Amino acid sequence: MNIIRILTIALAITGLAPVATAPARAEPLRIVIDEGVIEPLPFAIPGFVGAAGESAQYAAEITRVVAADLAGTGLFREIPATAYISSVTSFDAPVAYSDWKAINAQALITGAVDVSGGNVVVKFRLFDVFSGAPLGEGLQFVGTVAGWRRIAHKVADVVYSRITGEGGYFDSRVVFVSEQGPKNARLKRLAIMDYDGANVQYLTDSGSLVLAPRFSPTGDRVLYTSYESGSPRIMLLDVASVNRVVLGAQDANMTFAPRFSPDGGSVVFSLEQGGNSDIYAMAIDGGNLRRLTQDPSIETAPSFSPDGSKIVFESDRSGTQQLYVMAASGGEATRISFGQGRYGTPVWSPRGDLIAFTKQNAGRFHIGVMRTDGSEERLLTASFLDEGPSWSPNGRVIIFTRESQGESGEAALYSVDISGRNLRRVATPGAASDPAWGPLQN
Amino acid sequence: MNKLTIAVMLVAALALTACDKNKRFGDDALGAGAAGIAAGSASDPTSPAYFNQTIGDRVLFAVDQSTLSPEAQDVLTKQAAWLTENPEYSAIIEGHADEQGTREYNLALGARRASSVQDFLIDRGVAPARLKTISYGKERPLAICSDESCYNQNRRAVTVLTAGAGV
Repeated sequence: MNIIRILTIALAITGLAPVATAPARAEPLRIVIDEGVIEPLPFAIPGFVGAAGESAQYAAEITRVVAADLAGTGLFREIPATAYISSVTSFDAPVAYSDWKAINAQALITGAVDVSGGNVVVKFRLFDVFSGAPLGEGLQFVGTVAGWRRIAHKVADVVYSRITGEGGYFDSRVVFVSEQGPKNARLKRLAIMDYDGANVQYLTDSGSLVLAPRFSPTGDRVLYTSYESGSPRIMLLDVASVNRVVLGAQDANMTFAPRFSPDGGSVVFSLEQGGNSDIYAMAIDGGNLRRLTQDPSIETAPSFSPDGSKIVFESDRSGTQQLYVMAASGGEATRISFGQGRYGTPVWSPRGDLIAFTKQNAGRFHIGVMRTDGSEERLLTASFLDEGPSWSPNGRVIIFTRESQGESGEAALYSVDISGRNLRRVATPGAASDPAWGPLQN
Repeated sequence: MNKLTIAVMLVAALALTACDKNKRFGDDALGAGAAGIAAGSASDPTSPAYFNQTIGDRVLFAVDQSTLSPEAQDVLTKQAAWLTENPEYSAIIEGHADEQGTREYNLALGARRASSVQDFLIDRGVAPARLKTISYGKERPLAICSDESCYNQNRRAVTVLTAGAGV
């Protein structure tokens, strides 16, 4: 995609000291996600200020994207502009806190947009209305006009981070499989889009079946499984150039389920020979092939811990699919799933604290999370077919595939908070499956 | 787009070309019996049509299983005899799974099923060099409803004939 250079500049906030008459509230504006947010935090975001013409147009669009990002988390609720008492016509005018307090806005976001010479400059401030004070410094982002949505996502990421204390996830992308056609003749191709479904681009055509793409840690490359060479093979694709190569272990019958190591230097995957699938690792150039499991059972869907020291994977060595953890070098594995049903597609959280998985039990599929030792299992979803969780960059949200049943059954992308709340469909241009959430962009 | 691809595949099949991998794959996508070569009359015992229809080109499996039932062994014994008598053909064995299962597991399960058919045919005297396997997991169901009446048709391994003495 286009490369956007974004500069972050802290603005000196001159002449905008907290209004002295505003009574300070004892507790700062804060959402602590772990405590379970019942009531979304109300915020106001008057249209960002922009000079008539292009600046005003982008100002309106950027304001909408910031508001949609925040409201989409389920942690915030936008107060409709029709309720506003004050209007904001100048970015540097003093804030009328009482007007915002009167409509129960706890957070106020103001901004200004200037478009000139192919660049867009966005300034914004976040205010804690009940404390009557800015929350953090004002910031300015500069980027190309073509990348205006990324700047909006960056603004929303800052607001989200300041209020929740968590890292953001809005300025990120998702790679997935775009699907067309009926169940028995389905065409699949790789696609990439912004986390919110905007800016879809196709990375392969539908000429060969492609499955389960996975981002590199920096988001510039994608591993996936393709039938392009005639047999299922792991391929490595460069997102910018769309160049792709078959990766290593060419003489195997099938290679699949690849995933990058956290340093991006190696790949862990499944290799099938003679009907038996085991887990292997190799360098990203295809060299240094190592076998990590030696079992007659199915071993697949490996995923590294974020520190690179361990691998979680699924195996049916006990008779049904279950989750196991082993050292990254292989060797003895410890079973961590013990609930009812079958467990597959484990993925280690980027925070290192949880493992997300697909669970099948009593004819239903679930996305769930558990501690890395298997304790505190929680199911977040239930449907005819949910599978393939992937973590948001901050480890707070999971995106996955949900497929409807029957002859007209179709796959779609959904996201859910790790609390189990805020289940929503992710917009895609048609049926979609196998999402992988990339890192926050620079 | 889709229709164009299909037309191209049918032409390829009629022209009796050696199976191009991508086109052959599409044959199965059409639910056309996965015949890599559609030729001859089913009444001619040396024809691929006889192999596909009279002997039967596929065997079915129980949920999560790759073991061959007595019926499956019966079909495969006849397949092996046919392949022995018709050395100008080779075969690609496609392993498939139903939709109840995660994608990666079903790929591995399809490979297991294809492999157990391959092992059986080799055991009955077919040269290993004439047999190759490929798993499609749950990606290419034949029947598309979401209940057991469809699932039991989808849990299959299909022996797809190809021209030539080696794959």
